[in-house]
Amino acid sequence: MDAEAAKLLGAGLAAIGAGLASIGVGNVFAKFLEGALRNPGAADSQQGRLFIGFAGAELLGLLSFVIAALLIFK
Amino acid sequence: MAVEAKVDPMHQFAIEPLFGSNSWAVAGHNVAFTNSALWMALATVVLVVFVLGGLKREVVPGRWQMAVESFTGFIDAMLATNVGPNGKKYVPYIFSLFMFILFANFLGLMPLGLFGIHPFTFTSHFTATGVLSIMSFAIVLVVGFAKHKLHFFSLFVPHGTPVAMIPPIFFVELISFLVRPFSLGLRLFVAMMAGHVLLEVLSSFVISGGNAGPILFAVAGVPSFVLMVGICALEILVAGIQAYVFALLTCVYLNDAENLH
Repeated sequence: MDAEAAKLLGAGLAAIGAGLASIGVGNVFAKFLEGALRNPGAADSQQGRLFIGFAGAELLGLLSFVIAALLIFK
Repeated sequence: MAVEAKVDPMHQFAIEPLFGSNSWAVAGHNVAFTNSALWMALATVVLVVFVLGGLKREVVPGRWQMAVESFTGFIDAMLATNVGPNGKKYVPYIFSLFMFILFANFLGLMPLGLFGIHPFTFTSHFTATGVLSIMSFAIVLVVGFAKHKLHFFSLFVPHGTPVAMIPPIFFVELISFLVRPFSLGLRLFVAMMAGHVLLEVLSSFVISGGNAGPILFAVAGVPSFVLMVGICALEILVAGIQAYVFALLTCVYLNDAENLH
């Protein structure tokens, strides 16, 4: 396998990370909704924390995109 | 079949000097007025016009004043919940930051290509978002050290840490603190770039499918187009969320600097 093919394969493998991050983001919102439906009164005050969790989960997926882009274009 | 026209999804991010400013230089560095600078200026102009329109200070606000006031109220509430009473003085900074990023993201998504103007999303470049995040990080450092002097370093050792655990915890907290400006800028830039690449790739499916004949157009082109409309709506959501997340995380970091923890 030459280096170019290995790079493209690596970029493809990096896409797995994006899929895993989607599970994470789904989990964040699912758990928030679960809690929010049990106690709607407290839900609005926790939106900031919801988005901090979302940002953390999403960042790891975006990092895999960066790795894929670096492998393809660099 | 005709020559396959290849759509380059990365071409939309190319930075080009405008108005023949290619050779402008200051101290040997090229300072050409690029399309990126043009759209930054446009975002600023639109933002200033938007805010000036709401500065009439009527007792019964009109629609425009109501729109501006809901944005300032939103930022004010965000700082009040995340930083507390000390956060009031950061409202102008967070407001400018949030609105600038929001307007930049939305201007980049505008379907102005229909009129021959191709919007450029400068938030899809790490140079632009990196400077914004370094600005936030610099404010955190300056405020933290000015307010708490060297006591600021207690930020890296949470309350109640056992003595044996202090060196590793300090190290881990220091790394996580130093990575902040990087992750803050990276998140915005990658989210915007990924979305725009996705839209470009889907539109190339529609165009190539249409060129390839009616069957392929029906099988590949039309579903891609429907998906693209959906993704466009998602991108509008992402543009708002990313601006919000950038402002929110800046608030959270400012809270560390103001109140330690």
